[in-house]
Amino acid sequence: MRKDILTSFLAIIVFTVLCGILYPLAVTGVSQVAFNNAANGSQIESNGKVVGSKLIAQSFEGRRDYFQPRPSQTDYNPAGTYFNNAGPNNTDTRDLIAGNVKAYLALEGRYNADLSAENVPVDAVTGSASGVDPHISQKNAEIQAHRIAAVRKLPLPTVTQLIKDNTDGRFIGLIGESGVNVLELNLALDKESSR
Amino acid sequence: MLQGWIQIAIFFAALVAIVPLLGGYMARVFSGQPVLLERVLGPVERLIYAAIRVKPDRGQDWKAYARSVVLFSIASFVGLYAIMRLQGSLPWNPEGFKAPPWDLSFNTTASFVTNTNWQYYGGETTMSYFTQMVGLAVQNFVSAAVGIAVVIAVIRGIVSRSGTSLGNFWQDLTRATLYVLLPIAFVAALVLVSQGVIQNFSSYSDVTGVVGSVQHFAFGPVASQEAIKELGTNGGGFFNVNSAMPFENSNGLTNFLEMLLVLSIPAALTFTYGRMVGNRRQGWALFAAMSVMFIAAVAVVYTAESNPTPAMTAAGVNAQTTDGTTGGNLLDKEQRFGIANSALFNAVTTVTSCGAVNSAMESFTGIGGAVPMANMGTSEVIFGGVGSGLYGMLLFVILAVFIGGLMVGRTPEYLGKKIEAREIKLATLGALYMPFAVLIATGLGIATEYGKKSLYSGGPQGFSETLYAYMSQGNNNGSAFAGYTGFIQPEAGNAGSFGITFADLLGGGTMIFVRFVPILIVLAIAGSLAGKKVAPTGLGTLRTDSPTFVVLLIGIVVLIGALTFFPALLLGPVVQGLTQELF
Repeated sequence: MRKDILTSFLAIIVFTVLCGILYPLAVTGVSQVAFNNAANGSQIESNGKVVGSKLIAQSFEGRRDYFQPRPSQTDYNPAGTYFNNAGPNNTDTRDLIAGNVKAYLALEGRYNADLSAENVPVDAVTGSASGVDPHISQKNAEIQAHRIAAVRKLPLPTVTQLIKDNTDGRFIGLIGESGVNVLELNLALDKESSR
Repeated sequence: MLQGWIQIAIFFAALVAIVPLLGGYMARVFSGQPVLLERVLGPVERLIYAAIRVKPDRGQDWKAYARSVVLFSIASFVGLYAIMRLQGSLPWNPEGFKAPPWDLSFNTTASFVTNTNWQYYGGETTMSYFTQMVGLAVQNFVSAAVGIAVVIAVIRGIVSRSGTSLGNFWQDLTRATLYVLLPIAFVAALVLVSQGVIQNFSSYSDVTGVVGSVQHFAFGPVASQEAIKELGTNGGGFFNVNSAMPFENSNGLTNFLEMLLVLSIPAALTFTYGRMVGNRRQGWALFAAMSVMFIAAVAVVYTAESNPTPAMTAAGVNAQTTDGTTGGNLLDKEQRFGIANSALFNAVTTVTSCGAVNSAMESFTGIGGAVPMANMGTSEVIFGGVGSGLYGMLLFVILAVFIGGLMVGRTPEYLGKKIEAREIKLATLGALYMPFAVLIATGLGIATEYGKKSLYSGGPQGFSETLYAYMSQGNNNGSAFAGYTGFIQPEAGNAGSFGITFADLLGGGTMIFVRFVPILIVLAIAGSLAGKKVAPTGLGTLRTDSPTFVVLLIGIVVLIGALTFFPALLLGPVVQGLTQELF
């Protein structure tokens, strides 16, 4: 019994060194060398300055000249994440979504005459799980493209092409869901406008 | 929908391909046959035995084996609790987090030592890099290794020819960690990093975005923890939103890999089992029974989530699937996973006792949310936790053999060993212990004033939250209807670090009991079977590798789960699934 107790405590120390220190440090070492950008958060630079991560949505403050990401319950905070936890039959959930619909129609309705609550893309009016979902659906992007083209005075096909260029497809065309990366798209848009 | 079904089919095919490979490998590791990795890791293995002062070849009877399991878990508990309470004075704490309070630390320690990973805290707002890496992630390894060790000991008891030894716990623990968990986790972690999962020790930092809004970024050694979190069916997220966070799960490929990691060991152990008992069909029969229930769960949850919730409909949203949108209930789900991969992920992590999530269960439709609860209601034996799933299933096998034996009027026997009163009593106890613990804890959570403090929603949703909380902790799962006690939402600066003492203690106690009582029971059964002589198979023997037996086994699992939890499920998620009413 006493020997077993001693062994137990020695074992947790040994496994802590092995699995809690050597293993993660080895993973860190290899990844910092082999996948430096990815290991450090896939940061994106614009004009030599880090402006965010391509994996993390950021606020565009509802500005009319930028594509807007999905709504966020956390105000796009990547260091204090939480879910909406909005039950399927809760009146709060209805009000939350109805508010999002109203905001979306207020922004996009002017540029899309036939847009109504009935046919808004669901990603545009629902908060994501992380609160920092970097993607929107193609449909959502296409609707917003009308506003962008009008506000930025760009031809619609140019904007549509930028959407295509910044769409992340499924892995090998099969796994996952495709989506448009909002931050990358907006940076491409700024580049296009400044030409 | 079709695209989603294709993805699900591909995933299942990949799983079936892994089972014999990994299962055969684990059989070699635990039968003492040579494996290639021994050339590299053999010296490390011997060094560990010397350091912890054990003779690995010395067999232990079931009592000695169980004692080692319990003592090791106690040592783990003490170590992890100490790390958490000393957090403020330990290194790698860029945000200067203080120690979590005693009750939260108790719950979290119980949670990680029991392979549950229930979280009453938000990772990035409560735990330092040190606590996550040196404390929590270590338990992700060793609690999984304990599960594997126990099931291997049980298998040895079943195949033993009139002996008493179940093997040596310290050897099994070491070999499971060194030859199974560490190498797979290492490779998987690097693949995850290559896709965007972060792995660094940078301090949290502020970044000014394109239009001038400032974002506070959290970092950390995430990939190394993510890999073992899935592989060991632990499920405790580095971030509060778990595998929904792009830094934990960055695209379709990482999501696919993470799901595969979760299921690989529990599924492959069925093959290991077949190999070790000398009849592969026995292993495939268990795999088949588990697969049928798993696929049923996936089908129901995917279909349910492809429709909008009543609240969405009431808000006027149609949420139809058209070109360029996912449609369905995308609230609290990520665009890159869509409906199919969110539904599949959550089915994968609730049939197993993983409990990682890539979308919020609480925002699922009524029926979609009922599925994870039903999965847990089967005592986590549909693949289940690493090791614990298979030894839990073996309890049901013994019950099925007994009931089948009664039907054909023969003395029940399993793999040539007579199943007698002692085994049946123990197996019944093992099968009914969990519902007993869960329902009592849920009752206390619902009926007492202390319990109500944890509620976030009212009406049936509030009931579902409570039921889910105790089903999850009472099955060592760890997923949550996260509104439960989640109204203290974490904010940067350690504000997430509060506990509700009642919920912490009740949940923590539940997790400890449901982990160790079944372990003692299955080891006792293994000890009793180990001493029995093997009778030759006769004409009257009930075959346990036939489709008929698979059906019987599924029937017993579903029946016990359904009978005990159906009334409770009706009150919560099923009501919500059947009505368009809002509450």
